[in-house]
Amino acid sequence: MADPHYPEDLRYNAEHDWARIDPANPGEATFGITWYAQDTLGEVVFFTPPAVGSMLVKGEHYTEVESVKAVSDVVAPLSGEVTEVNEALSAEPQRINEDPYGDGWLVRVRLTDPAEADSLMDAGAYAAMLT
Amino acid sequence: MSDQVDASRQRWFIDSADDELTIFERSRPGRRAFTAPLLDVPVRPLDELIAPELRRREPARLPELSEPEIVRHYTRLSKRNFDLDTGFYPLGSCTMKHNPKLHERVAALPGHAQLHPLQAPEDAQGALELMWRLQHALGEIAGLPHVTLQPSAGSHGELTGVLLTRAYHEARGERRTKVLAPDTAHGTNPATVTMAGYELVKIGTDEYGNVDIDDLRRHADDDVACLMLTNPSTLGLFERHIEEIARTVHDVGATLYYDGANLNAIMGVSRPGDMGFDIVHFNLHKSFTQPHGGGGPGAGPVAVAEHMEPYLPRPQVVMREDGSFDLDDDRPRSIGRVRGFQGNYGVFVRSYAYIRSLGAAGLREASTIAVLNANYLLARLRREGVLEYLPAAYDRLCMHEFVLSGAVMKRELGIRTLDLAKRLLDHGVHPPTVYFPLIVEEALLVEPTETETRETLDHFAAVVAEILREAARDPEIARTAPHTTPVRRLDEAGAARHPVVRQAL
Repeated sequence: MADPHYPEDLRYNAEHDWARIDPANPGEATFGITWYAQDTLGEVVFFTPPAVGSMLVKGEHYTEVESVKAVSDVVAPLSGEVTEVNEALSAEPQRINEDPYGDGWLVRVRLTDPAEADSLMDAGAYAAMLT
Repeated sequence: MSDQVDASRQRWFIDSADDELTIFERSRPGRRAFTAPLLDVPVRPLDELIAPELRRREPARLPELSEPEIVRHYTRLSKRNFDLDTGFYPLGSCTMKHNPKLHERVAALPGHAQLHPLQAPEDAQGALELMWRLQHALGEIAGLPHVTLQPSAGSHGELTGVLLTRAYHEARGERRTKVLAPDTAHGTNPATVTMAGYELVKIGTDEYGNVDIDDLRRHADDDVACLMLTNPSTLGLFERHIEEIARTVHDVGATLYYDGANLNAIMGVSRPGDMGFDIVHFNLHKSFTQPHGGGGPGAGPVAVAEHMEPYLPRPQVVMREDGSFDLDDDRPRSIGRVRGFQGNYGVFVRSYAYIRSLGAAGLREASTIAVLNANYLLARLRREGVLEYLPAAYDRLCMHEFVLSGAVMKRELGIRTLDLAKRLLDHGVHPPTVYFPLIVEEALLVEPTETETRETLDHFAAVVAEILREAARDPEIARTAPHTTPVRRLDEAGAARHPVVRQAL
């Protein structure tokens, strides 16, 4: 949680979500929320996972995270089908705060159009947007 | 750090761990707070009075204590609370104005306090007349003639308003599915929309803090049932384009709903009905001095325009041709009852007392001073240098409240809005609303109300400035605040993740 950091291997949207394209399989990606998002939300108390098999559309919200401050939409950075959700978050939603790019991942997705990633920001552009 | 908080150390009466006991834990078998008088009527068998199957099998588990124990228990608890009668309470959007004590005397009159909800209308003429007159006064303030007093809270008034909208459209053979609300709206707006079975569509805010008209136009179509709005907005700003907004909404056949949360800024100055609103709810516990905080009771009456009148809840309080007052159930197109009986009557008495004490000119003055106080406090904070760290979210003339952003303070001083809020408690000031509206980063929403003196406002500005200076020296003091309250910083996340809502007895 400590200091702001935005890993170089991720792609970001303006709504503070990240996508990690699987280096071994560019058709698969993991989504989560950024350090900035979790820091702004404060301590996360609930995460409602979407159903496995549900279809996500880039730019549209697919689930919610609730913190002590607010309930916020989570926006899909890319389109695709949910293949796995982070079950551990229902018991320990604080993982989103503690490790937003690792244990705090939200969903794994089979991408419908991997080329969509070209429109996302890299770490430098995202960090620049925040300042 | 202790030398920093000495001034306020005496404020709270901090007592031993024994005070953590609940009233049930203090209970001892057989202890009583009263002695029943001797029976002075003939004894009858219990079975004659209440059928055995309707009776308890075991006694209710009530705490057993003596009267002094009860008095001490609740008095001690009340001293550990922060309340409007002991301190400044600038909780934005809640209108924590003074509750005149005269209202309590009036509400306690036996004709009010001992009224039974099932009393026949002919035996409750005075009460019905008070409700009828209150309906008229509220209708005049809203600029909309027809009023129901039934809803018990602001959120309940919202739900009633949206149900009225649905009845209105259904009567025209329409089934609309969407309700619009700005992204600055109170959380109750989207909750109401969902509960009433509609889909919520959020409308953006422009760079001046107004509703983004282009975004509104994009979403306004014939599937929209209603736009829920408050004016002034939750940013404390008067919505400059309200007439254009009303036209846009009405052009697609939707209703325009006024959330009365911020009515305290405009009473007697401008009327929602004249702005083009079709439905208005009032928070009698905000603008009209019903004491609130801690869960009620409140009241959320609703006023509507002529074309919505047939759908108002029943019964309506009416005046008959002979000048008597009655409850009218003959309302075939009504949405029905929205609560049992006629509403929270004690609230009506206090609000009516307030309206009659102040009169039209007085209400207008109350709103004027509320706006003046907010602008004075904002100017004072600026003079104290506070706005360098907590800039106004929108640099405009504000209405009865204003929003500051703690983003600079967080970056440069290392304390968050939450830390500032907690540290205010050590200075005997209730924190303003924090982290709302959601669109302002590290938001602090300040509403001083008209009933505070210049000295109180000056003191608040000085205290905030002092907390910022202190944070520049040592941010840890604010980060770990409060230091002088009966309980320190609470584990809000833990409470939300693992709520304990029941205590084993």
